Amino acid sequence: MAKAELMNYEQALEKFEVVIGLEVHVELNTNTKMFCGCRNDFGDEPNTNVCPICIGLPGSLPAVNRKAVESSIAIGLALGCEIAPNGRFSRKNYFYPDLAKNFQTSQYDEPIAFEGTIDIEVPSGAVYTVDIERAHMEEDAGKLTHVGGNTGRIQGAEYSLVDYNRAGVPLVEIVTKPVYGAGAEAPELAAAYVRSIREIVKALGVSDARMERGNVRCDANVSIRPHGQEKLGTRTETKNVNSLRSIERAVRYEIQRQAHIIANGGTITQETRHWHEDRGITSSGRPKSDADDYRYFPEPDLVPVQPSNELIEQIRASLPEKPAERRKRLQGEWQFSDLEFRDVVNSGLLDELEETVAKGAKPQAARKWWTGEIARLANAEGKDVADLAITPADVAELATLVESGKINDRIGREVLQAVLEGAGNPAKIVADRGLEVVSDDGALQAAIDEALAKQPDVLEKIREGKLQAAGAVIGAVMQAMKGQADAGRVRELIIERANA
Amino acid sequence: MSELVKKNASELVELLQSGEITSVELTHAFLDRIEKLNPVLNSYLHVNAKEALATAVEVDRKRAAGEKLPMLAGLPIAVKDNLTTTDAPTTAGSKILEGWIPQYDATVVKLLREEMMPILGKTNLDEFAMGSSTEFSAYGPSKNPWDTGRIPGGSGGGSSSAVAGFLAPVAIGSDTGGSIRFPAAVTGTVGTKPTYGAVSRYGLIALASSLDQIGPVSRNVLDAALLSDVISGYDKHDSTSLPESLGSMAEAAKSGSLKGVRVGVIKELNGEGFQPGVKARFNESLELMVKAGAEIVEVSCPSFEYAIAAYYLILPAEASSNLAKFDSVRFGMRVTPEGNPTIERVMAATREAGFGPEVKRRIILGTYALSSGYYDAYYGSAQKVRTLIQRDFDAAFEKADVLVSPTAPTTAFKFGEKLEDPLAMYLNDIATIPANLAGTPGMSIPNGLATEDDLPSGIQLLAPAREDKRLYAIGAALEALHEAVWGKRMIDFAPEVKAGA
Repeated sequence: MAKAELMNYEQALEKFEVVIGLEVHVELNTNTKMFCGCRNDFGDEPNTNVCPICIGLPGSLPAVNRKAVESSIAIGLALGCEIAPNGRFSRKNYFYPDLAKNFQTSQYDEPIAFEGTIDIEVPSGAVYTVDIERAHMEEDAGKLTHVGGNTGRIQGAEYSLVDYNRAGVPLVEIVTKPVYGAGAEAPELAAAYVRSIREIVKALGVSDARMERGNVRCDANVSIRPHGQEKLGTRTETKNVNSLRSIERAVRYEIQRQAHIIANGGTITQETRHWHEDRGITSSGRPKSDADDYRYFPEPDLVPVQPSNELIEQIRASLPEKPAERRKRLQGEWQFSDLEFRDVVNSGLLDELEETVAKGAKPQAARKWWTGEIARLANAEGKDVADLAITPADVAELATLVESGKINDRIGREVLQAVLEGAGNPAKIVADRGLEVVSDDGALQAAIDEALAKQPDVLEKIREGKLQAAGAVIGAVMQAMKGQADAGRVRELIIERANA
Repeated sequence: MSELVKKNASELVELLQSGEITSVELTHAFLDRIEKLNPVLNSYLHVNAKEALATAVEVDRKRAAGEKLPMLAGLPIAVKDNLTTTDAPTTAGSKILEGWIPQYDATVVKLLREEMMPILGKTNLDEFAMGSSTEFSAYGPSKNPWDTGRIPGGSGGGSSSAVAGFLAPVAIGSDTGGSIRFPAAVTGTVGTKPTYGAVSRYGLIALASSLDQIGPVSRNVLDAALLSDVISGYDKHDSTSLPESLGSMAEAAKSGSLKGVRVGVIKELNGEGFQPGVKARFNESLELMVKAGAEIVEVSCPSFEYAIAAYYLILPAEASSNLAKFDSVRFGMRVTPEGNPTIERVMAATREAGFGPEVKRRIILGTYALSSGYYDAYYGSAQKVRTLIQRDFDAAFEKADVLVSPTAPTTAFKFGEKLEDPLAMYLNDIATIPANLAGTPGMSIPNGLATEDDLPSGIQLLAPAREDKRLYAIGAALEALHEAVWGKRMIDFAPEVKAGA
């Protein structure tokens, strides 16, 4: 499993056109499984959330989870899909020990949702339209743990354990049509697409959407072809890439790997590939041909899923705003430049910002706090902003304190630090520590007198038009006031004094 | 005692209700006969004496205490061994499930328990219900009480032989292509395949999901009706079960008449290749019905010609998938080959040892029929035939209220006679299969003995989907005409089975 030889990325793109296709599995957060009443919670003690149906005992029959159907329809509608009036389940037949019935109940030729589109914005600001081929319902398999050997893979393992808690967990698989024309941005597009799917299912409330827990899993298909060639190149399918960053890296790696092979006269094997996060490479999985024969046929134990128009329209009416539309709206409301707004989006802080503004902060102030000082502190601690102990309400309060002149920026940063240390909310911290800016001109005048006494030539310089001379006095006053002064006011008072 | 076991279930229910007999007494009577004759007939794979008696005791206690009991409480019953039972092994007639005790009761079994019917045991069947003779049971064939050298029909030969041999008053069967009706015909009993979805399939070890239906096995039409009323109804565990009630079959059976009934004779099932005695009896019944006020009309169902071909594509296709779960991982037999075998080798070795020849034949057929490149030609075409057959039925029922045919072309054949010729075996079901393909109800009732071999023949009644009541009404009326002619029930012509024969 050595690192393959790679072509330089820019060179690869000069020679080849990249085509990607993405399959995203979204695990629904229904209370119960897809076809039985077992709890949908596979983190529990292994094989406790199981019953005759999800472990496929002889004689058991599936019954469709209505909530899962509704969630699937919601996902379909959010992706602009048509909803099938007569969706059918099919059996996908293959033998594997984690597959209780040795067939997966899935959808084949009649998926619940089909033919959608979604606009995806990549970090450069470019927007690509991704066509959705279908979104279909299916059940998850159990989870295998391979024991013995050193790779955790089935090869070399002494034995394997099966946990059927996950067997029958409802999934929606969203499949794109081939995506052309993203060029060098194909890896970023792949990641941004998955990020959007995550945002959508999270906003819909149909999935916990946590990639690290496998709630959202992505298989990335990549093929390349010489520019101008009509025939698609042979694709590889990199399975279960479980973070946005990995998706981007895996796609980039495959482009470079395939380019090297083709440029050197080789051919690409149609196969699945595994992504190795630690080494940043993909490795060969199993050969996968289009002729993989799953002997699909309509599931005779289930009647077709026939959602009424009424139900579809009811779900449509209750859909939350689409993420792309929401972004457009917020940027307009906040009057951010494209660059400012993209910065917020790319930091993943849109929700925080919106809530902070809703709590009374000015949009620019909210932006500066979140993408500036807060992001910096998170970064310094190697944490996610979301993991910091500060709420949008705190930030709104902080921004308002600064805006009203009660504290200045420097004190604000100090207060922020205190909030993160658990000292309470900003107003409380300012009150407790007496951090409020001194706006009493008397106290300031006294401090100015003291400073001028040490630098008597300053007033003269100001009168000569050298206003920057005030700086030294302002500095001394601020120091004397321990920073709790409005520097602007101090400056005004000094200039008044010079012109008096 | 021996007379008691020969009574119809409806009479036994009256005796139980009036307190003339106790359920314990009755259950013992059947258990005694089972003990004596099951070694001969091999009707039961497992006898559940202790549990059956416990139920009987409970019924008697409640009755003595004056508590209200369900209609059939205390009436013993036999259950085909492809329905899951938590208190008895469930094998489906296969080695691969030998000794498996399910963790849950089939819905029908649950209903029988709620009705407080003592379950005498589990009856024999062709492995996974694949067969017409029980010769494919991994546990040896059941015998026909009329002639123990002959087959009791299949796949439900255990239930038919138990009911015909008075080893149970009634039994549960399952019918995928005739597995209730064909055994009924060759053992002189009554068997009904209800409308698809009338009875929950939850807990029935699936053969072909879109064809399987559970139904009653009995010695007369009213008994079948009483049992049908217990086991029918919507079940949320079976998505294909019908949400609406089809009404009381017992009431239909009690109010049956042939006056003004249009009886359709299916041209394509009117005797070609049928045994002369079977055909003669069938024609006599038509005459009887005319005398009773029925009108005979000829109907044509041209697509029935393709029924067997379509059936033997759809059934193996679904079965190949349904049987995939028998892989040794979670339950049942496990064979571990020598060396350090992979999971694939364990699965293969288990399936090789656990499945019999007919099961393997059908898994291979079905896997082939579903394969990419063949799907449209085989499975796809078969589904189209299914639609055509439904249309034939629709057209026929425009002209007739009920359709009739001989249930099977022949009387019971001898063991081994068709074992080497699968196609000949498959042809037994020529008259019964169309109803499974169309999802419509069918019933076989005794139709007299064929003159050439003095063995039972059956007449099949077919009704439109959801019109099961017609079968019971018309079946009961015809049964009454027959018994008036014969002077007794047909089952009373059966020779006594000799113990140790």
